[in-house]
Amino acid sequence: MHLHKYEKIWLVFGTVCLIAFLSIVGVNAFAHDHTPAGGIHTIDPEKVRETAPFNEPGVKQLDDDTYQAAIVASAFAYDGGETLEVPVGKEIIFKITSTDVVHSFTIDNTNVNMMVVPGQVTTKAYTFKEPGTYLIICNEYCGTGHHFMYTEIEVTE
Amino acid sequence: MLPAGERKLALWNMGVAYTAFLIGTLAGLLQVFIRNDALELPAWLDYYQILTAHGVLLALIFTTFFIFAFFISGMSKSIGAFGPKVLLWNWIGFLVMLAGTILATVMIVIGEASVLYTFYAPLMANPWYYVGLALFVIGSWIMGFALVGHYMKWRKVNRGELSPLFAFMTVTTIVLWVIACLGVVATVLFQYIPWAFGWVDTINVELSRTLFWYFGHPLVYFWLLPAYMAWYTVVPKILGVPVFSDSLARLAFILFILFSIPVGFHHQLMEPGISDFWKFLQVVLTFMVILPSLMTAFSMFANFERAGRKNGGKGLFGWFTKLPWKDLRFTSIFIAMAFFIPGGAGGIINASFQLNEIVHNTLWIVGHFHITVGTPVAMTFMGLTYWLIPYLTGRKFSNTMKKLGFIQIGLWSVGMLLMSTAQHILGLLGAPRRTAYSGYNGHESALEWFDGILTNHVTMAVGGSILFLSAMLLLYIVIMSAFVSPKAVEPHEFVEFPLAESDKRATPKILENWWLWIGIAFLLIIIAYAIPIAQMIQHAPPGSRGFITW
Ligand code: HEM
Ligand SMILES: [Cu+2]
Ligand SMILES: [Cu+2]
Repeated sequence: MHLHKYEKIWLVFGTVCLIAFLSIVGVNAFAHDHTPAGGIHTIDPEKVRETAPFNEPGVKQLDDDTYQAAIVASAFAYDGGETLEVPVGKEIIFKITSTDVVHSFTIDNTNVNMMVVPGQVTTKAYTFKEPGTYLIICNEYCGTGHHFMYTEIEVTE
Repeated sequence: MLPAGERKLALWNMGVAYTAFLIGTLAGLLQVFIRNDALELPAWLDYYQILTAHGVLLALIFTTFFIFAFFISGMSKSIGAFGPKVLLWNWIGFLVMLAGTILATVMIVIGEASVLYTFYAPLMANPWYYVGLALFVIGSWIMGFALVGHYMKWRKVNRGELSPLFAFMTVTTIVLWVIACLGVVATVLFQYIPWAFGWVDTINVELSRTLFWYFGHPLVYFWLLPAYMAWYTVVPKILGVPVFSDSLARLAFILFILFSIPVGFHHQLMEPGISDFWKFLQVVLTFMVILPSLMTAFSMFANFERAGRKNGGKGLFGWFTKLPWKDLRFTSIFIAMAFFIPGGAGGIINASFQLNEIVHNTLWIVGHFHITVGTPVAMTFMGLTYWLIPYLTGRKFSNTMKKLGFIQIGLWSVGMLLMSTAQHILGLLGAPRRTAYSGYNGHESALEWFDGILTNHVTMAVGGSILFLSAMLLLYIVIMSAFVSPKAVEPHEFVEFPLAESDKRATPKILENWWLWIGIAFLLIIIAYAIPIAQMIQHAPPGSRGFITW
């Protein structure tokens, strides 16, 4: 098959870019542990309220530097206990599931952006750098109240 | 001119496509105003009902019917008149597709299916909505197989020869479509329909999402490849040059079959149920389509330069000014291609594993597909419509129509630039997609999204209104060239189907060895999907009941 000289240059350039992009993404993911939200824990969507940690939604300290926030999403609200309040500069492990349809748990001005799928528990670790009140919204269509589904998280010193 | 049978068939497809376009763009107009609180809907009509109609009618119905109109005309033009069987099966396929379309649309309109065109379980629409979608896919398969049958007959008669480029590309696109649809057919037939009719109680949600996205990504290549066909085969003819490289074009299309299917996980990067390793593997495979995309870009610009130099363009960029800018058929497609450059770059961002966290499900995504499907694909289709309808009806395409055509694509470009830029930035700031935006009770950080010069409440609405104006102008041109413009009489008044010569002497025969490529495609699909899907089935949580939350 005949390829034009410039075309070969172009394709080599493209291939090199491709390798560069993928290496950056890959090193970031697996060497620096920058992986998106996920997890492979399953749960009975009918029994969320009876299953730990969702039987007691809210923030819990795990050790000096780590906290866990267990949250239940359902149309059209989040249940994260009394108030969602976490300290700045500590690792917060969010664990969240749904009792009905698919939702999301997206914290504005951060890269916490996780899908909440019934039957599955989504996990994402995040460390807030600035104190303040953050808006949390549902950005996966979940029904008529989708645009009313939001809450706040208080990040304190 | 094509035989009457094919002309009628293609025109009917075109008719359905533009009817869907009319309703779909009207929905788009309503959306931009509802989001800005400038418009309140009557109680029986809901934002998400309209959004479902918009997505289904534009992204699925308009594109698919248009694509088949183009395929039918081009196949008949490039490899000869259809036999009675091919015609009959095409009609059957068309009617099945139409029945499915009507059924699904009725369900949306009566409010029984506000589940958007992605219909994620366990939102549960009226079962007949899923039946409608299934019929739509089955109809498209019947038409696709009829066209493949026509092609096989040509191959039998011309044993050992490579088929004409247009036919080759049509078959590639149909192969891609059929393989891609296996996923959606599996989930709709075996998961959604039994569940929505109540024959089973629950549905495996994660599995349904995975099967949906196995289809959902190649779906965008099913829209894109027909546009590429026009870029590869129609544009050179308009420019007066041969196809740049026949083998390159074919290779690019084959690579799209291989690398557009085993990549659906890049739509599921933010969700549980799939381990990081498998997500990352599909990210790697996703990036592979950069190669055929770069090849396509190269041959497009190579053609432009060749043509520009032939017309006397000098210097490094002098050829650029010598392109046939006054030819609506060329300019429309050129603008379409230009939009695809930022569109493709945005796609690389979306697919980049971690970067996806920033944009996933924000308005950025909406901006992204309006400058990939909504402009490169849609505007290429518009550029084809200008001559395809007159070609099929044997009517003249007058200078007035040409002028209106220029205004139409100009408006579409400006409207889209405004709307999609606003959407991209709003998305980066965090504004979600698919919301009848409510302001989150006036929350401060939500109000900030709309504070920018481009990202205020007005820009998107202005962009959307300009787009709608453009759409109405286009429909006027469509109606004129379908029913009203005077019939062509003199030979020079007839509009042509511009199809460039393609020199296939240097093209390796292996490129048309379908079993080989389909085999490799399945191998890649198995590598990418077999284990994670097996895990989803084996380690399935108890399934979900259906929910109607609208
Ligand atoms: C008059 C022209 C158009 C306007 C004003 C328009 C406007 C919009 C708006 C505002 C949204 C976002 C809604 C939201 O997320 O809440 C949207 C979504 C969408 N548009 Fe368009 N659009 C137009 C044309 C098109 C075209 C030509 C296509 C494709 C061929 C298209 C495909 C889509 C799709 C697939 C969605 C996503 C639907 C969903 O999220 O379920 N649009 N459009
Ligand atoms: Cu929600
Ligand atoms: Cu929602």
